Amino acid sequence: MEALGLNMGFEETELRLGLPGNRVLSEGEGARKRGFSETVDLKLNLSSKDTSEKVKSFQKEKNPLPRATDPPAKPPAKTQVVGWPPVRSFRKNMLGVVQKSSGEESDMAGGNNAAFVKVSMDGAPYLRKVDLRMYNTYQDLYHALGKMFSSFTIGNCGSQGMKDFMNESKLMDLLNGSDYVPTYEDKDGDWMLVGDVPWGMFVESCKRLRIVKGTEAIGLAPRAMEKCKNRR
Amino acid sequence: MSYSSLPEDVLEHVFSFVQSDKDRNVISLVCKSWYEIERWCRRRIFVGNCYAVSPRMAIRRFPEVRSVELKGKPHFADFNLVPEGWGGYVYPWIRAMAGGYPWLEELKLKRMVVTDESLELIAKSLKNFKVLVLSSCEGFSTHGLAAIAADCKNLKELDLWESDVEDPSGNWLSKFPDTCTSLVSLNIACLGSEVSFSALERLVVRCPNLRTLRLNRAVPLEKLAHLLRQAPQLVELGTGTYSADLRPDIFSNLAGAFSGCKELKSLSGFWDVVPAYLPAVYSVCSGLTTLNLSYATIQSPDLIKLVSQCPKLQCLWVLDYIEDSGLEALAATCKDLRELRVFPSEPFGDEPNVSLTEQGLVLVSEGCPKLESVLYFCRRMSNDALVTIAKNRPSMIRFRLCIIDPQTPDYLTLEPLDVGFGAIVQHCKDLRRLSLSGLLTDRVFEYIGTYAKKLEMLSVAFAGESDLGLHHVLSGCDSLRKLEIMDCPFGDKALLANAAKLETMRSLWMSSCSVSFEACKLLGQKMPRLNVEVIDESGPPDSRPELPVKKLYIYRTVTGRRIDMPGFVWNVGEDSALRLS
Repeated sequence: MEALGLNMGFEETELRLGLPGNRVLSEGEGARKRGFSETVDLKLNLSSKDTSEKVKSFQKEKNPLPRATDPPAKPPAKTQVVGWPPVRSFRKNMLGVVQKSSGEESDMAGGNNAAFVKVSMDGAPYLRKVDLRMYNTYQDLYHALGKMFSSFTIGNCGSQGMKDFMNESKLMDLLNGSDYVPTYEDKDGDWMLVGDVPWGMFVESCKRLRIVKGTEAIGLAPRAMEKCKNRR
Repeated sequence: MSYSSLPEDVLEHVFSFVQSDKDRNVISLVCKSWYEIERWCRRRIFVGNCYAVSPRMAIRRFPEVRSVELKGKPHFADFNLVPEGWGGYVYPWIRAMAGGYPWLEELKLKRMVVTDESLELIAKSLKNFKVLVLSSCEGFSTHGLAAIAADCKNLKELDLWESDVEDPSGNWLSKFPDTCTSLVSLNIACLGSEVSFSALERLVVRCPNLRTLRLNRAVPLEKLAHLLRQAPQLVELGTGTYSADLRPDIFSNLAGAFSGCKELKSLSGFWDVVPAYLPAVYSVCSGLTTLNLSYATIQSPDLIKLVSQCPKLQCLWVLDYIEDSGLEALAATCKDLRELRVFPSEPFGDEPNVSLTEQGLVLVSEGCPKLESVLYFCRRMSNDALVTIAKNRPSMIRFRLCIIDPQTPDYLTLEPLDVGFGAIVQHCKDLRRLSLSGLLTDRVFEYIGTYAKKLEMLSVAFAGESDLGLHHVLSGCDSLRKLEIMDCPFGDKALLANAAKLETMRSLWMSSCSVSFEACKLLGQKMPRLNVEVIDESGPPDSRPELPVKKLYIYRTVTGRRIDMPGFVWNVGEDSALRLS
């Protein structure tokens, strides 16, 4: 039998048909047998010896691999599970705005509505979408963005002067050692540097995110400062 | 007399009465000459997975098609499980059809990436283009729509159902020339920004056949009456925002306009509803068959008043504000109801915010003898309720239950909900679609594999205990076409043991399960007619083979690996070292 190169003990696995426990169900057994013997042709070292025996190897055996969402057996808090509950972001965003306009208070962080914004990065061929309500701080957001776009980090070609400028303005780097800067479009349609306003205010006003090369962000900083001065 | 001696044009005429794809496919298998005749007269093709076949192959086999329907991304893309850039680009199809189907009349796309360039190519190349439906699509802007409006002289239908459209400023609606009078259906409900009301009004006035008009939120309520008076023949209407200052003149104007619409059967929209304006639609309620209130944040008493006046209602989409009491009223009034969808108003809240429980669904299942399609979000369920529902409605075709908290047990007994769902599949012998939720062991899959013989689509999350669960489904569900699984402890064994089954299905999605990269590779290598795609945004999956793959999408195809995979998708059917990046 060809070596499968699997280090997981699959060679020892024998799949047999039959159901565990009480034979509550009697229909369909014949069909199952047929289906099974077809798959055996794969030569996956799986035999169909005695099809009336119980399926011992399936039953309650721990998978050698951890679940992809390890460690907790119970899933994490609802708000953090992507894809659950299965409500379309279209619907979530719509509802969020509806609730606000009907005068209800909405939580700033991890509330009961979502804030999906598109994220684009200069040089990256495709966009991402993030739900800003999944994060509580700028650091969380940068971390997530860093993971999303890490495959596109280009080396350090920014000037040291640029970095000093950013530090002086008390803006945080998206990725240490890179010259990419996160910017966002706010409700007024202006492009601003990320990080200058309190997190909650940012979540409320951000319409989309764009991660630009540092050199392009130079022009934004003075406008951002102006706008902030006017706000204060 | 032998059938094969019938002249071709007679056979073609006979075939023209056969519309269903399945039947057409069967016809084409009878003999070579029937295959040839049939392929030249097929007018409509449906491609459920745009990567299952290449546009060139489709055009080559069916050269005279007038209507094409394509689907792109997997269903779970609706819930953000598929990263942006995954694929589903329609441009290659449009480019091919621009040359191969110059007389194409209809294009219906779902979950595909459509660019302005694609729309412009349609407008430029397809001289007889009539129907464009973009359902849950993205990637285009109102610039592309302007091209369609300007150049498609015979446009009958433009439907942007729940698509994500970039709205740069620009008045695309006014690009419909004055000579365009052919519109029958216009759905712009998903557009975020304003459209020019005067352009809209002029369009409505000059299209006497307009039956469907779904406005976007930006259209103010005060202007709705005016539009309705210009189009009293409307059959389907989606309002814009349904709120205005409380003024009797606005109200009476609106009520008067609605009463003039004698043909109205379907209502939707109702953003920002001010309850005081709801009675304006009462005059059309007696004829309504479809009511979409899924954006209407109105409370149960107002909903009851509305629904109690719609005895002909067949389809209701509503928020859980309707509560059990509202569903009781629905069950009492709407004896023709076929479809009910109850959406959650606060899906991320920890506590229930409304009094909607399993009781509401039970009442509807008792009171509505034609109920066949259910989508229900709630926070508690019991096996008893599910058994009751199953026994009440054995004709159920679609049953999608979402208990919001994962792995919630039967609230009365704290048992898993295996028996309840088991009753659903046992009694509802024609069930085609099922979505599970709540606490579920392998047992529920045993029931599904045994009884759900007509099941075509199954959605599973946070369920099962071992590979046995997946094995039951793959080995037992004879009609299964689509299977989507998230966060279940299913691994390699069931997948590999049922590899052949995967070729009989359209697709399988598994995310956050326990499938190893090695198993994926093995599957990909052994099954050349499957594309086994691993999605992993953090790096090459074979660099950490001890971890399970995060996301796996397997689908049958006759064209081999696709060439538009982004950097985070790996087709593992080949030697990864040879793969070009």
